[in-house]
Amino acid sequence: MKFVVAVKQVPDTAEVRIDHEKGTLIRDGVPSILNPFDAYALEEALKWRDTLGGSVTVVTMGPPQAESVLTEAVSMGADDGILLTDRAFAGSDTWATSHTIAEAVRKITGVNAVFCGKQAIDGDTAQTGPGIAASLDWPQVTFVGRVREMTEENMVCERYVENGVQVLRVELPAVITVLKDANTPRVPSLRGKMKARNFKPVIWGASDLNLASEETGLEGSPTKVVTTATPEARAGGSVHRGTPQELAVIMADLLLGREDHR
Amino acid sequence: MTGRLEIIEEKCVGCAACLSSCPVDALSMADRKAVVSQECNLCGMCVNSCPVDAIVLHHVIGGDKSLSDYQGIMVVAELRDGSPDRSTMELLGEARRLAGGFRRVTALLACAEPGDSPKQLFHSGADRVLMAVHPALSQYLTEPMTSVLVRALEHDRPEIVLAAATTQGRDLMPRVAKIMDTGLTADCTELRIDNETGLLMQTRPAFGGNIMATIVCDRTRPQMSTVRPGVMKRMEPDHTRNGELELLPVDEGMMKGRTTLLEFIPTGGSEVDLTEAEIIVSGGRGMKGPENYPMLHQLAELLGGSVGASRAAVDAGWILYPAQVGQTGKTVQPKKYIAVGISGAVQHRVGMQSSDEIFAVNRDPEASIFQFASHGFVGDLFEIIPALISEIKRRRS
Repeated sequence: MKFVVAVKQVPDTAEVRIDHEKGTLIRDGVPSILNPFDAYALEEALKWRDTLGGSVTVVTMGPPQAESVLTEAVSMGADDGILLTDRAFAGSDTWATSHTIAEAVRKITGVNAVFCGKQAIDGDTAQTGPGIAASLDWPQVTFVGRVREMTEENMVCERYVENGVQVLRVELPAVITVLKDANTPRVPSLRGKMKARNFKPVIWGASDLNLASEETGLEGSPTKVVTTATPEARAGGSVHRGTPQELAVIMADLLLGREDHR
Repeated sequence: MTGRLEIIEEKCVGCAACLSSCPVDALSMADRKAVVSQECNLCGMCVNSCPVDAIVLHHVIGGDKSLSDYQGIMVVAELRDGSPDRSTMELLGEARRLAGGFRRVTALLACAEPGDSPKQLFHSGADRVLMAVHPALSQYLTEPMTSVLVRALEHDRPEIVLAAATTQGRDLMPRVAKIMDTGLTADCTELRIDNETGLLMQTRPAFGGNIMATIVCDRTRPQMSTVRPGVMKRMEPDHTRNGELELLPVDEGMMKGRTTLLEFIPTGGSEVDLTEAEIIVSGGRGMKGPENYPMLHQLAELLGGSVGASRAAVDAGWILYPAQVGQTGKTVQPKKYIAVGISGAVQHRVGMQSSDEIFAVNRDPEASIFQFASHGFVGDLFEIIPALISEIKRRRS
């Protein structure tokens, strides 16, 4: 089986600080990490490769330094990595990103499944996975909490929705987006770390993917951000102390409001 | 789609294999190279026929200049147990507000059995219901619904399309936006139409809620958004409101897909999904163990809410992941969020900081949650929560 995992390098949103005057992020000194959700997608692909045989290729689109997330994936057990980097890709929204990654999947050829994380923690859109599927005209299963079975022809997935679980059989090739429920990502092995040390990614730019300037990057993005602002910082309110009974009375007043007043 | 076909002359060997693949005879040979005429409808058949990969189909965003041909607002209705979901009613309320008295609001209803759904959609703000009916639409499946929405968009050409940011909307809309070569903004919490440009200004949280970004889709139509459930206001149902019902024809081909639903396993219990809950009682590391969760469930039940958790509690195996609130869990926005034994690390905060009111119970007066909670309570949760449960019961008896 030939699997592709699409991953993203993101700023650790928990470390992000805000410039409240400009309404922008202060990214200096903020560590760049592998998008946490992508680790579950990677683990799922590795797990099925280990069971069925084949290979796992990680693909990322970003600046040259995004190479580090590929190296991390290789240390966890990925077979190879492709870095999609080009000035022409800069400013891509989810349309252009999924379009570009789909072209890479096409160029790899013979791919049985693409695994993506549920969403990235910076944009939180969850749009790239379905966008890749649409570009390739492959079926998709999003919000996968468990992959039950897989063969050359199809896989059976549990898709977690608001009021239950859809058990779906999807023909391959397909794109799936994976939830945290699916697995526990492995830690890099010693062998993986050794392999990662010598790892050099394949690098593809716009011309390698036959992409014209109108279909990627800023020009190929139908959406654009016009303003950013910071939500008003939440100020703490009153802090109550007292006996449990006293606190319970205050809390009940606040929770139940007027309707239940004694 | 919009785009252009490129024939890479250096690669073309003049074999003419592409000529017979073209259904509209747009390809011909000139000087032993393939050339494409105006007749090309960008179907892409020739791309696969070329043995030397000399033909490339480029998508071009914004090639369609007739933006003003797109009119009105379409709301993609979502059904839950055969009736329009609450989130759909909120979208209709918002669409009415955006319509400003002159744009037409259409609800797209795809179902196996309409029942009185059209009526409910009219009562809640739709001027028109565009309805696709087929047995295959009894459950949401990506591909049939994609075909229905694409056909509806080609048929109606709406200026704006709204769907709820549910697992359905977030599955369907990005697929359709890619196919339609237009922009989509995810999980919007505020929408407005700019007076000058007439563009839909779509505001959404990003970077874990640290930033609010306002996004426009200015070169393509429709402008598509998924909208976070529980944020927009539904209108008071007006039972005298009526509208126009139109059938959207569907055929068997549209209902085909490569995904089969083998089984649906409903989640047990009466608790509503966290992202839709108005009240959430959430437990963290301070809960000490799974044996202490029943009191949170009891409190949630008394208040008509749901139970959530911090990552620490989920990682410890005390409660399942669907309950997790925070950076790698759910983002919630209830009216009241009650954090019990949760310290308030930023990973948790980003998932709940948009709640209307935050209550915090924690033994540690230095816990960071007290810096942003609306109401803090310092003390032992194992005493306070049972006391609160008795107090609520006492007042209600």
